[in-house]
Amino acid sequence: MSEATLQPATPSAAMIRTLGLVATVCGILLVLTYQNTLEAINANKRVALERAVFKVIPGAHSMKAFHVGKAGLVPEGGAVPEGAVRFYAAYDQAGQLKGLAAEAAGMGYADMVRVLYAYNPAKQAIDGFGVVGHRETPGIGDKIIFDKAFLKNFEALDARLDAAGDALANPIRVVKNGSKQNPWEIDAISGATVTCRAVARGINDSAQKLVPLLAPHLDKLTVPGQ
Amino acid sequence: MAIPGQKQLTSMDEFLEGIWKQNPVFVMVLGLCPALAVTVSAVNALAMGAATTFVLLGSALLVSLMRNVIPKEVRIATYIVIIATFVTIVDYLIAAISLELYEALGAFIQLIVVNCIILGRAEAHASKHAPGRAVINALGMGLGFTIGLFALGSVREIFGAGTLFGVPLFGPDFQPWVVMVLPPGGFFVLGAWLLLFNWWRNRKPAASEPANVVREASHG
Repeated sequence: MSEATLQPATPSAAMIRTLGLVATVCGILLVLTYQNTLEAINANKRVALERAVFKVIPGAHSMKAFHVGKAGLVPEGGAVPEGAVRFYAAYDQAGQLKGLAAEAAGMGYADMVRVLYAYNPAKQAIDGFGVVGHRETPGIGDKIIFDKAFLKNFEALDARLDAAGDALANPIRVVKNGSKQNPWEIDAISGATVTCRAVARGINDSAQKLVPLLAPHLDKLTVPGQ
Repeated sequence: MAIPGQKQLTSMDEFLEGIWKQNPVFVMVLGLCPALAVTVSAVNALAMGAATTFVLLGSALLVSLMRNVIPKEVRIATYIVIIATFVTIVDYLIAAISLELYEALGAFIQLIVVNCIILGRAEAHASKHAPGRAVINALGMGLGFTIGLFALGSVREIFGAGTLFGVPLFGPDFQPWVVMVLPPGGFFVLGAWLLLFNWWRNRKPAASEPANVVREASHG
């Protein structure tokens, strides 16, 4: 350290030149990396999303993303109308509509619990469920991924519209383990109530918005690529 | 202050320094934030180690190449820009290679930028040595860190999930020790490894000269 005091002061121009040089070199490196990895990253995201959607809608072979708002249905890629909700339409090999899926998120014990659920318009029910991302306690909160009794809740979870058609007839909610009586209730995993509540709240929030908006446009979804 | 002694080091000594004599995890006890947080599985540990090694190598090379043009007054700012660049590059690369891995490592990839091993190496070694030597030292440090993470990650995965690299080891009746994949498990395993290392080093004190290493460690 003592030699620093003996050295003459560095001119400001040298410092600016060095910082400028380093920033330029680093900037070029960053831009090159960004451009070269962008395609692979987007492809990875697409594959991960497809895999998740196909898991909640068994038998699906292809999918398309849409936005639905008060103004109508817009395929993804166009301008997103205000207040629109994103969802995915999945089709089987013959091109028939297999089901719809949407993302939902609720605040869990540690962080947001992000899930994907399948909505079956014919049954007016939620009939598929998968966890997209979570940071819940291993061994407790992560039971929502594989607990058979919990997953049974999503075989036919009632999501009927009310008479006015602007909300669900019965809000989806979580009940204490073993006390499920109605088809719109989710039986919680005992010990993981907070995580189950996050799932129920997330799905309810999402479905309350999506299902009423979707109802007038369901017939347009039956053929892919409309 | 350690420079006169380091001049006589061969490349092999330089390389082995990070792996054994100054292992970042077990001797210097540096970089513990990622070492405890992401080592719930062997794969995560190796990926984190590889990412850190990449950043160490890149920043050591660039800092060493520029060591004669960087004025002392702005050296830390320069190092941080260089390190942040390589961290961002590795962030993109991991997302491009595997999104699952990227999600598993989470914010800890970005947090490599504040890993004291890297800035410590840039300041204490790369800025004073030629590129070849700096890269060898960085590689040794990176491998040492990776070995440390793997030692934690493999033990935690074996007990916490009953698997190693996802391969089941104990059959279907094994009840995982969930505590091992929780934060306390990280401390338990780290503590056990440190115990083992210190016992090993104290067993033959003449060979490793612990006092000397500790003084240097507190420096970097």
